[in-house]
Amino acid sequence: MSKLTLKTEGDRHVVVTRRFAASPEAVFRAHTEPKVIQKWMLGPDGWSMPVCVNDLRPGGKFRYEWSDGKGKGFHITGEFLELTPFSRIVHVERMHLPDPTPDNHIVTTFEKEGSGTLMTMRMTLPDAASRAAMLATGMEHGMEASYVRLESLA
Amino acid sequence: MPNLDAAFSAMADPTRRAILARLALGEATVMELAEPYEMTQPAISRHLKVLEGAGLIVRRAEGTKRPCRLAPSAISEIDQWLDVLRQALSKNYDRLDDVLAGMKPKKRKARR
Repeated sequence: MSKLTLKTEGDRHVVVTRRFAASPEAVFRAHTEPKVIQKWMLGPDGWSMPVCVNDLRPGGKFRYEWSDGKGKGFHITGEFLELTPFSRIVHVERMHLPDPTPDNHIVTTFEKEGSGTLMTMRMTLPDAASRAAMLATGMEHGMEASYVRLESLA
Repeated sequence: MPNLDAAFSAMADPTRRAILARLALGEATVMELAEPYEMTQPAISRHLKVLEGAGLIVRRAEGTKRPCRLAPSAISEIDQWLDVLRQALSKNYDRLDDVLAGMKPKKRKARR
């Protein structure tokens, strides 16, 4: 599988792409069905997603909660704006840290590519400073792992 | 070259990371930096002192304002953020590859 790409675009966007060896339907379901989401959208090793509820319709809300199993965690809430099986999801989300971050507007598309799927996730933040802050807080998750890596280099 | 331990401990705080992210966009005064937060200017100034001590930012005198900007050595740290984010997402999607490999293909008609 080709690797993930993550790029900033203009002042307010972040674009992520990833290819999967599965149909758009399977990848779409993996992004929408809570039981499946809870198997993979976990962040670093040791984290889990104890709460994953979503109301899959335009205007429907969702709430995803993560926990490191040691008392630390955070959650995101959001609303779906558009759900087109099995090709497109439009939603807004914010992280609660515990104060809510600015709304991140995300368009996710799933396109058939050969026998697989190209997923493109395009995030739009309200302004450049919010995007910078999002990138900074979004790495919270990866931070612990990078400390471990740093320690192993020392 | 900033002290690596000091730099990492300075960056372990989410407010300080957000300040660095803001400074990645250009020079800013304490007042501008305090604006997005419900924090007092003295509280922001304390964060700036930590960042300055770690060699991540530099401040210049301009009257009483003392605007801050990223130290050149901090810029490569910021670049690494995107990499950390990439790695965190990659881990999720590698896991998803396994989940997808184990999913039984469903016919549309069979969907609930």
